[in-house]
Amino acid sequence: MSAIVGSNRLTPRNILAKAGFALSVFVLVSPAVLVFLWMLSLSFKNEVDNTAWPPVFIPSPPTLANYVDVFARNNFLLYLWNSILVTGGAVLIGLLVGVPAGYGIARSKSAKFAILILIARMTPALSYLIPLFMAFQWLGLVGTIPALMITHLVITIPIIVWIMIGYFENIPTELEDAALVDGCSTWQSFRYIAFPLAKPGLVVGGILAFIFSWNNFIFSVVLGGKQTRTLPAAVYNVLTFEQISWGPLAAAALLVTLPVLLLTVMAQRQIVAGLSAGGLKDG
Amino acid sequence: MSQTTAPAAVPRDLAAPRAATTPSGKPHDFSRKYWVFAVPAAVVIGAVIVFPWLFTVFMSVQDWKVGGGIDYVGMENFRQLMADTRFQEAMWHTLYFTVLGVALPVVLGTAAALVFHREFPFRGFLRTVFVMPMMATPVAVSLVWKMMFHPQLGVLNYLLSLVGIGPSEWVFNPNTVIPTLVLVEVWHWTPLVMLIVLGGLAGLPKEPYESAVIDGANGWHMFRYITLPLLWPFIMIALIIRTIDALKAFDIIFVISEGGPGTASETMNIFLYLQAFQFYKIGYASAVVVIFFGIVVALSLLLLYTRQKSKWNA
Repeated sequence: MSAIVGSNRLTPRNILAKAGFALSVFVLVSPAVLVFLWMLSLSFKNEVDNTAWPPVFIPSPPTLANYVDVFARNNFLLYLWNSILVTGGAVLIGLLVGVPAGYGIARSKSAKFAILILIARMTPALSYLIPLFMAFQWLGLVGTIPALMITHLVITIPIIVWIMIGYFENIPTELEDAALVDGCSTWQSFRYIAFPLAKPGLVVGGILAFIFSWNNFIFSVVLGGKQTRTLPAAVYNVLTFEQISWGPLAAAALLVTLPVLLLTVMAQRQIVAGLSAGGLKDG
Repeated sequence: MSQTTAPAAVPRDLAAPRAATTPSGKPHDFSRKYWVFAVPAAVVIGAVIVFPWLFTVFMSVQDWKVGGGIDYVGMENFRQLMADTRFQEAMWHTLYFTVLGVALPVVLGTAAALVFHREFPFRGFLRTVFVMPMMATPVAVSLVWKMMFHPQLGVLNYLLSLVGIGPSEWVFNPNTVIPTLVLVEVWHWTPLVMLIVLGGLAGLPKEPYESAVIDGANGWHMFRYITLPLLWPFIMIALIIRTIDALKAFDIIFVISEGGPGTASETMNIFLYLQAFQFYKIGYASAVVVIFFGIVVALSLLLLYTRQKSKWNA
């Protein structure tokens, strides 16, 4: 592709091409920047500035009142804890059963199981909601953290298994074959050979499962109780209806999405590796 | 097509034979030992994924309301759905949303991948910024979009006024609500297309370009006759995944327009949610899920087929 860029000499043509390229980068990135900056701006402005016309872009002076408001008027820390429990639990269980499953499917070349996982991955999260809601109602579990955690397995297990299949398939089997011939059990060859080599996959799968589980809100809207809601559902339910003011709403929205945005920045290489070819999305 | 950058591009050689043998000379029957590893996952998947599928099919042939009795009605729910004008409208809205919500991200995402494939200062950082919308919590960004769409106080109408365009009613007008929601969907999911196509670009061979330069081809020719054909399988994969995802779109519609004004942006997803959790018509909503599930399975198999084919071409 570098041939298209051409030489680095500063001919007018080159300058024009460079300017055009810079402009296209600007156009591509600016919608993302605009929305996140606006979110930031809303959250640091007082209510008068937030409803001013023409809009005030830079908070002057910036105020933390909206953030104080979010914590003071809502049980924000409880919802945060719920989110950590539900997502943390679902990701841990997902890794615990999903990593060995990825290994088993990759090594036994079970195409049928792999297709099942793909379809599970592609099925809308919403479609699990009705049967699981009915089941939890019978079991008396609606509105409990375990019910939410179990439901979030619908998101975490297919991503983790799918990504792990890919990683285990890319590990050459010669080492394991040799270990088996030398009398290792299949468990030992998984535990001591394949698993350490596939650890990057575990990180990728874990991170993506975490993000998509964290972001899900409809499960919690339906299955969560007043005290067991996760953060996204809480922002939707509580803040939208009880406080119409924009500042606290933007502050809460930012707090909800901040963990995943930080994770995206810190683990961007793993995320790109996991998504560029797998093509995965939340529920 | 090299898959080295693509660890998650799975079932790779599921059908390839294994050559290892035991010391006694008999071939190892690997498949028999390895399925054990999948048992715990199979149990969990059976309970939380396969059971809901089967239970949904069962519910779809019942007249089942929360708090009411359960009666077997056969295909009656599906017959009613076909005659339900609200459902027909929801199908049209879904189609409208999906066509726009697939075409625009695929074109923009491919263009973005071509841009981010080149070397330029701060590329890694800018790519992260570009990918961020995809990772952001949909509810959170939808709430911000909702504020931006406010007809009187929203920042978008102000920005439009700066370039001399009159205010839009955005999601508050039945005619503009779906394109407006598509705008959010495009913002949200173009990065995924970009990443898939970027993965394809990373694996492109260098030789065709070198010989093309020797033959005096210009940039456009190389793009049209080398890059695009080689990228096509990846664009197809992005297209199918985007189709499935656009059909699934729920959060942003639910938060921003709630299917309104009236029912102007009620898609299949919103329709089925309302039937189930507002009107408590469990059987009826399950029938919608079954139809939905059929579409998703068909598209998933198409995806698998395309992926296999893209490997055969390699």
